[in-house]
Amino acid sequence: MEGIAQTQAAQRPGGMEGFVADWSSDQRAFKNVSWGKAMMWIFLLSDTFVFGCFLLSYMTVRMSTRVPWPNPSEVFALEIFGTHMPLILIAIMTFVLITSSGTMAMAVNCGYRRDRGRTAILLVVTALLGATFVGMQAFEWTKLIHEGVRPWGNPWGAEQFGSAFFMITGFHGTHVTIGVIFLLIVARKVWRGDYDDGRPGFFTSRGGRYEIVEITGLYWHFVDLVWVFIFALFYLW
Amino acid sequence: MSIASGSVDGIPAAEVPDVELYHPRSWITKWVFSQDAKVIGIQYALTATAIGLVALVLSWLMRLQLGFPGVFDFITPAEYYQFITMHGMIMVVYLLTALFLGGFGNYLIPLMIGARDMVFPYMNMLSYWIYLLAVLVLVASFFAPGGPTGAGWTLYPPQSILSGTPGGQDWGIILMLLSLMLFIIGFTMGGLNYVVTVLQARARGMTMMRMPLTVWGIFTATVMALLAFPALFVSAVMMLLDRLLGTSFFMPALVEMGQRLNHEGGSPLLFQHLFWFFGHPEVYIVALPAFGIVSDLISVHARRNIFGYRMMVWAIIIIGALSFIVWAHHMYVSGMNPYFGFFFATTTLIIAVPTAIKVYNWLLTLWRGDIHLTVPMLFALAFIVTFVNGGLTGLFLGNVVVDVPLSDTMFVVAHFHMVMGVAPIFVIFGAIYHWYPKITGRMLNEVMGRIHFWVSFLGAYLIFFPMHYIGLLGVPRRYHEIGETAFVPASAHTLNAFISVMALIVGAAQIVFLFNLAWSIRRGRSAGDNPWNAASLEWQTPQTPPPHGNWGQDLPVVYRWAYDYSVPGAAQDFIPQNQPPAKAAE
Repeated sequence: MEGIAQTQAAQRPGGMEGFVADWSSDQRAFKNVSWGKAMMWIFLLSDTFVFGCFLLSYMTVRMSTRVPWPNPSEVFALEIFGTHMPLILIAIMTFVLITSSGTMAMAVNCGYRRDRGRTAILLVVTALLGATFVGMQAFEWTKLIHEGVRPWGNPWGAEQFGSAFFMITGFHGTHVTIGVIFLLIVARKVWRGDYDDGRPGFFTSRGGRYEIVEITGLYWHFVDLVWVFIFALFYLW
Repeated sequence: MSIASGSVDGIPAAEVPDVELYHPRSWITKWVFSQDAKVIGIQYALTATAIGLVALVLSWLMRLQLGFPGVFDFITPAEYYQFITMHGMIMVVYLLTALFLGGFGNYLIPLMIGARDMVFPYMNMLSYWIYLLAVLVLVASFFAPGGPTGAGWTLYPPQSILSGTPGGQDWGIILMLLSLMLFIIGFTMGGLNYVVTVLQARARGMTMMRMPLTVWGIFTATVMALLAFPALFVSAVMMLLDRLLGTSFFMPALVEMGQRLNHEGGSPLLFQHLFWFFGHPEVYIVALPAFGIVSDLISVHARRNIFGYRMMVWAIIIIGALSFIVWAHHMYVSGMNPYFGFFFATTTLIIAVPTAIKVYNWLLTLWRGDIHLTVPMLFALAFIVTFVNGGLTGLFLGNVVVDVPLSDTMFVVAHFHMVMGVAPIFVIFGAIYHWYPKITGRMLNEVMGRIHFWVSFLGAYLIFFPMHYIGLLGVPRRYHEIGETAFVPASAHTLNAFISVMALIVGAAQIVFLFNLAWSIRRGRSAGDNPWNAASLEWQTPQTPPPHGNWGQDLPVVYRWAYDYSVPGAAQDFIPQNQPPAKAAE
């Protein structure tokens, strides 16, 4: 599919003219974009609205409650070797997740160079970093629950703090977990050589190709990006 | 599979090789767990119709209570609220949305744009089965302890999860929210398919501006749904947490029956904003496919090209975009900053401009047309009249000062039933009479069709015109029984009884329609490939009904738009989209 499209790409105009030409052309509005990639982008747009609604709702209830909001820097602080460190766990989690975006990008690069082994290893590393993130989130949840934070109340202030925290991080964590599962499935397929010989998928009976790595990567980067917003709006604010 | 090389008649070469389709090996994978968009479309349509019949029966029960209060004492106030809620929710989401997008979208998009199937057939199949699951969860709530939720279709908190509301502290509201979440997940799977198929899988020569308006309507509505449903999804999640875990997203501090509830600090208005951020686009998610389909019906049956095609496309897009910034006109009575009311009233009234463009263009398409009063055409004309009627009362209600006194009366019920109930359903009927020959190879019976049309059309007006009037008198909506009230004259009660009788008659007319659908599959007149002499691509398939893969060996090539009717000098009064220019001149 890629080969044919690229021959035509050379003749297409750029800029606004190219935009108009593409949208007024036949067959495809996004030239050189496969069905799968177009679908992932549109899905991510829809998912952006989901997270946008979650974050806006959190901000609204933070305004509507009459009880003071707990201070996130204090709530998410850890005592490490006797030192009181605000937000340290969240900082490490953020670092891990952003690192995983780096290994994901490297996996996509290796995939397009048909480096089967390295792609698979990098995908597994990405999945491990993602799993580490989820693990640390589980630790954070456990710690807060031990300290008495519940979705319906907490010792320090507005009960919406716990509600929004568990809901938003839970929803994001679910996204990461789904991503980890997909990364492992794709890693297995890469390792087995499915994308080299175009072996059809078990459910879809469509031939596999290395672009799947990139499409999985789009989802993964999106999940990371969403985390940045959650970090900024929930933990830092 | 081969890929056609080089351009022909100025049509560019194929950019993507023909897809390898999934080949079903058994009856089950062909007709039950089917990955063929046409079969999925029919499955969607049948399921939506089945659940729609439940909603129809519920409306009968409501009308019996309203028309003859006290006579049917098996309808308790609680049950009345449950009927209202389920009727509204089923009709808006599970019938109209599912039928237009899941039903017509699946059947028509690939055929109309010259594709073999949706781009991801497996996911498309999952979409239907999750939709079916959502419907089953919804139906289950009728049998759950406490029955279905009676919170009204808007499910406003805090009342929706309190014990005073039917299903509020039982299973009803939980199953309702779960069902909605499932519906949204299933819809997203299908919706992504429709959008990507339209954007990326069109036939050679099929530019966006050559697509039939049906495809434009369904496409724009699907994009809107993908952006609007997230708000409903999120509010469903939060309400479920409020109900099950005792969080307070939507729940303020409350005292119920002298008891202080364990909720504090939530914002009921937040729910209203989220709900209507979904709810208003939802109106156009239903209306835009109807606009598109009705444009095609009018053009085909008046043998004229659609007037102002480009304007029609832009009007669809502009209506779609505007509908995201009008939502708070549903919340005038909730109270808001007057400047907000002014803003939302203005945006609401601006929508009348592109909508009026569409109505004028329909009329100008009919102007001096060779109008064939076939059953689909009758329904299309009925749509225009009804939509204008419902739209005009929308202009009343878009203004804050007029809306506030009318908001909780039957006037609003009459308004939205005209504009997003009756009008789109007329289009659905018209579309079924129009495309049934393509789906089954046989025509629907004309006589039964006309009976169905006239009873439904006249009946709908006899139901909803008086309803405007009793609304203006001040008869409130959502009331189980009005009782003896000074401001409601006796004539309003008589009218209420009249409306109820008409509702029963119109409902009964739908039995004629259902019988026609079943009867004509075997006994209907054979239709041939193109009984209406239509130009759009779905009528040009090599076989009728089209088999899996739609087009046989070679994909169609498109040379023109879908509206070449009565072209001077042409051999026939229509030129199919896939007819090369040289041949058309013969």
